Amino acid sequence: MSAAAALPSTFWGWVLYLARTNWSMFLSGAGVTVVLAVLGTLAGCVIGFLVGMVQGIPYPAMTRSVGGIALRAVKAVLAAYVEVFRGTPMIVQATVIYYGSKQMFGVDMSAFVAGFVVVSINTGAYMAESVRGGIDSVDRGQTEAAKAIGMTHFQTMVSIVLPQAFRNIMPQVGNNLIINIKDTSVLNVISVSELFFTSKSLAGTYYQYFPTYLITCVIYFVMTFACSRLLRWYERKLDGPTSFELADGAADGEKARVKVPGRTSRALELLNGKDNSKRRAMR
Amino acid sequence: MNTVMNTPVVEVDKLRKSFGKVEVLSGIDFSVERGEVVCVIGSSGSGKSTLLRCINMLETPSSGEIRFDGSRVDSGRCRASDYRAKVGMVFQQFNLFNNLSVLDNCVIGPMKVHGRKRPEAEEAARALLAKVGMDRYVNAKPHQISGGQKQRVAIARALAMEPEVLLFDEPTSALDPEMVGEVLAVMRDLAGEGLTMIVVTHEMAFARDVSTRVVFMDKGVIAEEGAPEDIFDHPSNERTCEFLARFLEDELPAEEPRDKAMGARP
Ligand SMILES: Nc1ncnc2c1ncn2[C@@H]1O[C@H](COP(=O)(O)OP(=O)(O)OP(=O)(O)O)[C@@H](O)[C@H]1O
Ligand SMILES: [Mg+2]
Repeated sequence: MSAAAALPSTFWGWVLYLARTNWSMFLSGAGVTVVLAVLGTLAGCVIGFLVGMVQGIPYPAMTRSVGGIALRAVKAVLAAYVEVFRGTPMIVQATVIYYGSKQMFGVDMSAFVAGFVVVSINTGAYMAESVRGGIDSVDRGQTEAAKAIGMTHFQTMVSIVLPQAFRNIMPQVGNNLIINIKDTSVLNVISVSELFFTSKSLAGTYYQYFPTYLITCVIYFVMTFACSRLLRWYERKLDGPTSFELADGAADGEKARVKVPGRTSRALELLNGKDNSKRRAMR
Repeated sequence: MNTVMNTPVVEVDKLRKSFGKVEVLSGIDFSVERGEVVCVIGSSGSGKSTLLRCINMLETPSSGEIRFDGSRVDSGRCRASDYRAKVGMVFQQFNLFNNLSVLDNCVIGPMKVHGRKRPEAEEAARALLAKVGMDRYVNAKPHQISGGQKQRVAIARALAMEPEVLLFDEPTSALDPEMVGEVLAVMRDLAGEGLTMIVVTHEMAFARDVSTRVVFMDKGVIAEEGAPEDIFDHPSNERTCEFLARFLEDELPAEEPRDKAMGARP
């Protein structure tokens, strides 16, 4: 029982002790969580884009043709998918898919793979709606202009509409990533060794629930906060520079940097305007 | 070129178009020969845009025929995208691709539709942008340039496809008055080079000076067409007279400085 004597007696002592002795467990749990959340979000985006694009195909032109009927059927199936996966809890989906695939189809997925599948199709269901909105938000004029220069529907989608739709729904992608980092914790129900599952077994080992989960809490927050910062940075990168380089003209070879009045400078102008009016009023 | 000079490049035959129960075009017959600059005028809602959109197959006619170089464009034989590449369109709202730079706006069509290589497409695009005075802005994004500049880029984008006919739908109507001149000047140059153009416009001075023929549309039909001098100086149709009278009242005072602005461009 000499080990017991070395165990801490205070709350903060336990926190430090657990962090020091079990950091590799926490880290591997956090690793699994991040990998599942990131891969699941990416796959979910792909699914969401595919579903959203199909849902966005207009069909008035081909209602009675074979293609029209097939499209209608595919759309109905996809709509059902979206409703079902948005309408049931992910924890239940996880058990149904994990045990169901074993029992019904004899597919022996590892818990990790099952977890990945669940997160992906769950995210896909949410993203499908966002993607549809993102595509709608690109004004029809650009689609018409692309048509008018002879681009096909597919070319227009890939080169013009989807890049803009993607930019427009970046905030939702970020939201889904953050939600997934937190919600992969429900996968402990099928024993995926993500952060919450690891924490639970650690807490059980020492009978120290509060200190363990406090550490878990901090790790989750650090992960979501870092992700939201990274995504913010990526959005800015997608937007490109706020100014552009004037190319060499035929007449004058001078290069100049053109500053475009962005949000900030307009705000400054407003501020300045206010200042002036105040000063004038004071006189 | 001279041998084909007198064959119509675009022919519109008994064209009708309805949206639901509303008939917007009620039997349009007209044709455009190579090198012509046809201005289409008429009051709002008379179907001018719809006519252009039918010609470019952005709308499907309810009945009637449209022929390009003598062959029907709405028969299944002719691929819509091949046809559209030959008939360019410049829109009132510019409709530049917002995710692409000025240069990329002008190279995407030639690359995707004509299968050009990037260096070749870029060279052509730069030359066209120089022609519309926008060569220094190749790196800018559409939201970083003014309306007049956007429309000049849109014209360069349409020209990059080497169209045989260029359609303009009120290209200056969304512009601030001081930018109208720069766009009209580009269009004058193009007309001078012999490009076939169909221009829906409310710029009467432009219609009068530049066009080879003016078409007046009223309530879905062509009420009158003819040489600009005839339409503007001796209109025979009562509706044309009313329309022009209304326009001369509102527009003439503003016309003078605009003309000067056009002349001032190098
Ligand atoms: N997609 C559509 N669906 C229903 N009605 C339409 C559609 N497009 C146009 N219309 C109707 O057709 C009529 C003619 O429209 P069009 O845009 O061709 O007129 P216009 O001569 O170009 O007018 P303007 O000078 O205002 O541009 C209008 O009454 C309009 O409401
Ligand atoms: Mg119109």
